[in-house]
Amino acid sequence: MNVILTREDLKKINSFLEKLISSSSAHSVLLIDRSGQLIAEYGNTTEIDIFSLSALMAANFGATAEIAKILGEEEFTLLFHKGKNENVYFTAVGQHVIMVILFDDKTTLGLIRLKIKQITEELSQVLIPIFEGKKEIPIEGPERVV
Amino acid sequence: MPFINFSKDEIQCKIVYYGPGFCGKTTNLQYIHAKMNEDIKGKMVSIDTQGDRTLFFDFLSLNLGKIRGFDIRVQLYTVPGQVHYDATRKLVLKGVDGVVFVADSLKVQRKQNIESIINLAKNLAEKGLNIRTIPLVIQYNKRDLDGTEFEILPLEVLEKDLNSVLKVPSFPASAVRGDGVFETLREITKLVVKDVSRKVMFEDQKMK
Repeated sequence: MNVILTREDLKKINSFLEKLISSSSAHSVLLIDRSGQLIAEYGNTTEIDIFSLSALMAANFGATAEIAKILGEEEFTLLFHKGKNENVYFTAVGQHVIMVILFDDKTTLGLIRLKIKQITEELSQVLIPIFEGKKEIPIEGPERVV
Repeated sequence: MPFINFSKDEIQCKIVYYGPGFCGKTTNLQYIHAKMNEDIKGKMVSIDTQGDRTLFFDFLSLNLGKIRGFDIRVQLYTVPGQVHYDATRKLVLKGVDGVVFVADSLKVQRKQNIESIINLAKNLAEKGLNIRTIPLVIQYNKRDLDGTEFEILPLEVLEKDLNSVLKVPSFPASAVRGDGVFETLREITKLVVKDVSRKVMFEDQKMK
């Protein structure tokens, strides 16, 4: 199965990410699929190697899911790493996607969790048709890949 | 599972280097990383143990330029080769678009090569993928040991062991010296991009 992201999809996804950043005061957010491919990013990500980060985060999430299975849990749906200056919060958005929020001491974990909860539900509605192949392939684009 | 991003005009594909322990998967990536221009490669990430063995995976992201107006971004991964790391191998295979099977030419590794390719077929099948249809290239590594005290298998024997049924493109290589490394990468990228194009065309026709 291919995952096809149109300009329209990206616009919708980005509007959710923008809303999350502005309401939670996190500095960046990444949306990645569980195989480690980057779907979208928003915020202050220019100085971060986001491709390596995506691969590692998906692996981290996958490894934790396997730990959950061994312990008889279906999955740990959220993860949190705390550093001196930087903190990372991961959460599953539906079956296929992981949202990763990077934040510093300008905000709190509680606020991040509150805002994420509101947004992930709406966002997963946008992501389902993309990942389950229930949408049309655009005619737009520079040239079709054929 | 390739990502086709019409907003950035980019196709992202995932290629996994698979093979038995110490066959040279990481060395392939290290050579590619060392030789590629700064502007097209990302950082190479390795999660390994102190004894040079890959614990989880290595990762290298490359931007291979444009094909028909789309930027091709290839994410290269390796898996840990040791038998007992099967769970992590399965994780790395998630969403794979193409596989390079790196075989160890050393005679003593003959059994391990065969076990590893059987393991690859099994793990792909668990993800609903077929080793006979997924883009696959085989690399016979460590050919530089020919003529040394280490006994290596002739290419015909390796072909018979690993490629007599699959009949995929194969390359003799020495990842340490770099021989055959880029030939392997070029071939697997070509096969993956062709496969992605075919799938997009097929889905497009299905829609109509």
